Amino acid sequence: MAIKIIEQQQQPSVGLSRVAVSDTHGEDSPYFAGWKAYDQDPYDELTNPSGVIQMGLAENQVSFDLLEKYLEEHPEATNNGSSTAASGFRENALFQDYHGLQSFRKAMASFMEQIRGGRAKFSPDRIVITAGATAANELLTFILADPGDALLIPTPYYPGFDRDLRWRTGVNIVPVHCDSSNNFEITRQALESAYKEAESKNMRVRGVLITNPSNPLGATIKRAILEQVLEFATSKNIHLVSDEIYSGSAFSSGEFVSIAEILEARNYKDSERVHIVYSLSKDLGLPGFRVGTIYSYNDKVVTTARRMSSFTLISSQTQQLLASMLSDRKFTEMYIRTNRERLRQRYQMIVDGLKNAGIQCLEGNAGLFCWMNMSPILEKPNREQELALWELILHEVKLNISPGSSCHCSEPGWFRVCFANMSEKTLEVALTRIHHFMERRRVR
Amino acid sequence: MTRTPSAEPKESNRSPTRTGMRLIVPLQGIVQGRGGLILGSLIPCTLFYFLQFYLKRHRSPPQNPPSRSTSAANLSELPRSSSRANLLSRGSTGRAHVSARASSIAKPNASPYYIGLDRVREDPYDEMSNPDGVIQLGLSENRLSLDLIEEWLSRNCTDSILGVGGDALGLNGIATYQPMDGLMEFKVAMADFMTEAMGKTVSFDPSRVVVTSGATPALEILSFCLADHGNAFLVPAPYYPGFDRDIRWRAGVELIPVHCRSCDNFTLSITALEQAFNQARKRGQKVRGILISNPANPVGNMLNKDMLYDLLDFARERNIHIISDEIFAGSTYGNEEFVSMAEIADSEDADKDRVHIIYGLSKDFSIPGFRVGVIYSFNESVLAASRKLTRFSSVSTATQKLLVSMLSDKRFIQEYLKTNKQRIRSMYDLFVAGLRELGVECTKSSGGLYCWVDLSRLISPYNEKGELDLWDKLLNRAKINVTPGSACHCIEPGWFRFCFTTLNEKEIPVVMERMCKVVESCKPSV
Repeated sequence: MAIKIIEQQQQPSVGLSRVAVSDTHGEDSPYFAGWKAYDQDPYDELTNPSGVIQMGLAENQVSFDLLEKYLEEHPEATNNGSSTAASGFRENALFQDYHGLQSFRKAMASFMEQIRGGRAKFSPDRIVITAGATAANELLTFILADPGDALLIPTPYYPGFDRDLRWRTGVNIVPVHCDSSNNFEITRQALESAYKEAESKNMRVRGVLITNPSNPLGATIKRAILEQVLEFATSKNIHLVSDEIYSGSAFSSGEFVSIAEILEARNYKDSERVHIVYSLSKDLGLPGFRVGTIYSYNDKVVTTARRMSSFTLISSQTQQLLASMLSDRKFTEMYIRTNRERLRQRYQMIVDGLKNAGIQCLEGNAGLFCWMNMSPILEKPNREQELALWELILHEVKLNISPGSSCHCSEPGWFRVCFANMSEKTLEVALTRIHHFMERRRVR
Repeated sequence: MTRTPSAEPKESNRSPTRTGMRLIVPLQGIVQGRGGLILGSLIPCTLFYFLQFYLKRHRSPPQNPPSRSTSAANLSELPRSSSRANLLSRGSTGRAHVSARASSIAKPNASPYYIGLDRVREDPYDEMSNPDGVIQLGLSENRLSLDLIEEWLSRNCTDSILGVGGDALGLNGIATYQPMDGLMEFKVAMADFMTEAMGKTVSFDPSRVVVTSGATPALEILSFCLADHGNAFLVPAPYYPGFDRDIRWRAGVELIPVHCRSCDNFTLSITALEQAFNQARKRGQKVRGILISNPANPVGNMLNKDMLYDLLDFARERNIHIISDEIFAGSTYGNEEFVSMAEIADSEDADKDRVHIIYGLSKDFSIPGFRVGVIYSFNESVLAASRKLTRFSSVSTATQKLLVSMLSDKRFIQEYLKTNKQRIRSMYDLFVAGLRELGVECTKSSGGLYCWVDLSRLISPYNEKGELDLWDKLLNRAKINVTPGSACHCIEPGWFRFCFTTLNEKEIPVVMERMCKVVESCKPSV
């Protein structure tokens, strides 16, 4: 043993960068620890009925069958309109233009319009393609902010932002605190307070990033609040990024208001500071395909993002496949409608089940999860107790759910629970387990 | 976590204003008759010095360099659409701030590389429909063997490009979240392909394969992992122009060229490497690694085993990394055998930690559109960090699945690689012979999809301007698009990269005929 140590001292290992050794990737946090526990003991109806049920992954599996059916019925969709795989191949093989396929951009623009019930128009020429929304958010951050600058993000927010927006970019996140007193809605006061906080730390604020519908709240942002946020951004001359990745997962089309609608209504005044992120990972349940987009109303941002997208292009083959599928308006209309309805039903199921167990949720209307309030059963209203409860639920109840603290929620006791990444049967099992857990606590 | 800010000035007005203030006060003294002769001569000299300094700092940065992954770059106009949609297209350039990083590349492209590509796009040669169009020799793309893949697809994928066999259209296992650094079966397929492509001298280990959406992000991710903002890599020059973007842009790592010369056949010398390293140290620049391309782009020569050992020794003595970009490893046509840095690393047990290899399917397998790159490293920490970073540059699982079926057909792959090499070789021979008939010579090369052509006798004056004049003649008179050496940071003017794998045999005489006119007109009068 001793000899080994001496050898190592003589041969200093070759150094790595600060980025490589930093833990900003955040993969040591509870959010990811739960995943590890799940990986080690995953629930399976037949082979492992007492395993951990994964309720920490916001994935949409409820409408898979619709996609599979479509592809079965339209095999030529994947071949560039040609009848065989071979004849469509050559163009795809060589196509590496960072503008992306025109047909794909058109299809994405049309799909985004449909999701918004035609209340906003999107131009294919403002669409920049990226390999997923993760890449889109990071890319925008590189473009809108310099190292040391800050982005304001309303809490609670998606834990991945800490990694995606900060790691390589060197940009900081300053939370805009929201709480249950008004259903976690963003207030002007909270925005101003966060802005001042950034200033006091000598950080230049470059933008506000909102997720609408919200993750983890599972609720859409009201029109009046969107207008307020836009007004705030304008008054400070900063950017507004609207991550609308769950826009197609709002339970009813009418309830979701996109920032695009607001801009259109005011004739695009102040639009040069607005950028929308979208992806097919949630609405279409195709995260494996790595399809994201940036839609910007700012020409310079579009140009720059296009060039920067060289680091994160979508394979032409995938673009081709999706272009065909998404330009089939009959299919997409049916899909969007059906998907919304199924998600709504799932939501109802879980919320009712939780209510029966004595647990309240925030009233939600979108997304693949609900925002559950366990604060009444916390021994003490603090972060340690929340994490203790989270661990209890993970190891005793065998459910992996996401603690609010990993989402930077300022009120302890809230948890995000995903419901769309499993079958109805599995969801029932999960609800039963929660029910028993709450009963046991009452007995005690 | 904050990073040290970029070395570039954030607002171009800051520096001269401060400098200005320091000068105005003593200037007042001169004007009012105080200070006398010394200040009278010192101040103008200082002013002159500062003017030079100011000009140097604000000379426009290298234009957005050529991309492995782009063929169209001119975004000066977004196409208009009618009525209501006009409101959307009419975005504004806006007053909201954009970062320094963004500002440096939002400027319109003046790079010959991009101008050339645009000209080809506007006026592409076609034997039938546009025989006077511009012939593309500026993109290192391989079109010689796509038919082999098309054939394979016809035989194996009757219906859909999505997959093979009965479960072809099943989304199971591909649509949901998968490891960002690649499906295991895809890593196995890539490791096997690399082993085949590089002549089976090394057996690549799938657990060391990290998959990225092209070699471009692979290189950027490695740069982020091996060096901090402001550090530097040594790079033999001339080098692939895309490195400037891949490494300097967001990762902020500087590239220090180590110039290779025609008298050495543009081979790298360890002495030159040493000099560059020492000079960097004197300047206070921290060198973190050496970036080599093997086979080299744009020259097309290969590094032999001895040189690779020497490089590893060099890196070990200074405790720095080696990145070996081996993307053209399977596209060799000379008599030499390709030697991968992996072979050297495999043999030297103690020193693997500093060796990293870049690979991809864009060149050897002709599918740049599918976006498949690989980081292959012997360093566990680098692998761990890279894997996490692939979330920003991941490959679609649908694409991976399709490629797995293709790449697992060992017989097909072996046939493909063999035939492809033969075809590259025939094209190379024809092309070089054609040039030779015009009295034009190329550097001896044995790999890549291009040749490094010596037109130095034809340029006048013998400098970058002369070279660009000739480039312009070639593009606009001869109507062939080639890459000038200055875009590749070549220290000797007059060298050009001609890619010949986008042509078919019939087009070579057409190219030579057009070249002939320009060559004749440029020959120095006797």
